[in-house]
Amino acid sequence: MRSPYEKMQIAKNVSRPNFYSYVNAVFDDFTELHGDRLFGDDSAIAGGIARLGKIPVTVIGTVKGNTTNENIQRNFGMPNPEGYRKALRLMQQAVKFHRPVICLIDTPGAYPGVGAEQRGQGEAIAKNLMSMMSLKTPVISVITGEGGSGGALALAVANTVYMLENAVYSVISANGFASILWKDAKREKEAAELMKMTAQDLYAFKVVDKIIPEHPDGAHISPEITFTALKKELTKDIKKLTSMSEDDILTGRYEKFRSFGVFTKI
Amino acid sequence: MNNIMNMFKKTRYATIPVVQEKKEPQRPLDPDSERLNSKRRIELTADAESFEPMFENIRSENPLGFEGYDERLAMLCEKTNLTEAVTTGVCTVEGVKTCIAVMDSEFLMGSMGSVVGERLTCLFEYATENSLPVVVFCASGGARMHEGIFSLMQMAKVSGAVWKHSQAGLLYISVLTDPTTGGVTASFAMLGDIIIAEPNALVGFAGRRVIEGTISQKLPDNFQRAEFLLEHGFVDILCKRNELRTTIGKMLKLHTGEDTK
Repeated sequence: MRSPYEKMQIAKNVSRPNFYSYVNAVFDDFTELHGDRLFGDDSAIAGGIARLGKIPVTVIGTVKGNTTNENIQRNFGMPNPEGYRKALRLMQQAVKFHRPVICLIDTPGAYPGVGAEQRGQGEAIAKNLMSMMSLKTPVISVITGEGGSGGALALAVANTVYMLENAVYSVISANGFASILWKDAKREKEAAELMKMTAQDLYAFKVVDKIIPEHPDGAHISPEITFTALKKELTKDIKKLTSMSEDDILTGRYEKFRSFGVFTKI
Repeated sequence: MNNIMNMFKKTRYATIPVVQEKKEPQRPLDPDSERLNSKRRIELTADAESFEPMFENIRSENPLGFEGYDERLAMLCEKTNLTEAVTTGVCTVEGVKTCIAVMDSEFLMGSMGSVVGERLTCLFEYATENSLPVVVFCASGGARMHEGIFSLMQMAKVSGAVWKHSQAGLLYISVLTDPTTGGVTASFAMLGDIIIAEPNALVGFAGRRVIEGTISQKLPDNFQRAEFLLEHGFVDILCKRNELRTTIGKMLKLHTGEDTK
């Protein structure tokens, strides 16, 4: 059994399948749609229309590169506000044409930059969180690698959330957690244990609904295993969700997130 | 390119930081933007003796078993005379009944864990059921690290409750006070129908030091200040503290059909 820290390393492996790997393997006829219609086209979030089997769907995801050059071009998968705004535009378009939305998430987090602050990174994420609650179409989000905090959640307010077997999802990185709470970034391993950031922990907390299997040494060793499993689960769940009424879709998503939190009442 | 590579090395982490630095960039001594505890804030905002607390019975647990967290909470409760980082309830402001939430930066930097999220959600739900406006005074370093993923999920939970309140056609005024950062900025703080900020308040998403680490240079002092947000179009009204009560009162009256005279 791998430790959370080891899983985190696999989740961050640069050879791991990225957004386009999934789009090509799991979907057909993908056409990418660019831009947020307000400022620009973020390279760290891509999206478009594709088919899942016979069903037209909107696919959106954060994009990491598989090489340093690609990563520089993709801002290491860290979106700027225009990325979140493009994602929301495509989700609202999906509602208009009654297409389900599938989000694929692998990001260290939203980009911490000057331009991002000037253009309202906080507002862009907040708007996505609220607007995703209101989408009258099924949404499935998949954490495929790193689920980095609010930057990941901004694409993960979904009816159903999957995580890959070695993916991680957390409020902050283990490194950041150790730096802030213990003032000692070297205690990253210990933080990874404590934070309960693995798919298995989050499944136990009901934050995640399904775990998608990977090759024992990680999805990058034999991606087909993961592609096949993901396609099967998506097909099954999209069928189930599209048979539900709009009200049930909205209520299901709201209630899912309404239930999160650990507290007592005295 | 070098900067980007540095960023890659240094800040693979870093979103929703809890603001915890003591030494902040030099700021003018301005009594108008000094941090205010929630008790004082309620006194300055609500009509005398009109505030009735609600949801005080919702109390924290320690979901990750974080060592020292229970003790820290108990110590803070005693020291601040609060039960968590947000106080919620109903009051009247200039005679208009409203739901109100006040975050307190003296309580673990006003960070949002399960209790802050639940109390705010309950408040918005109560407001929706009773057709009341909501005024939230934000003051927070962001999501509370100690509660891990549960803190992160509060961002979506509260945003959902804000959406339902909004769907009912009700007014939500968000007041950004020093400091409003991280996961609070990236959720309910930025979702107000009307967003008011106190002059010079620090408001942003990513922590200043994280950004400085990313771009390898010092940021100007006014970066992420309320005036910066106003300039970039993210704040409706910049309002001095001594005018806040009348400004909020006026907005509430304009939305409830009462005479503003």
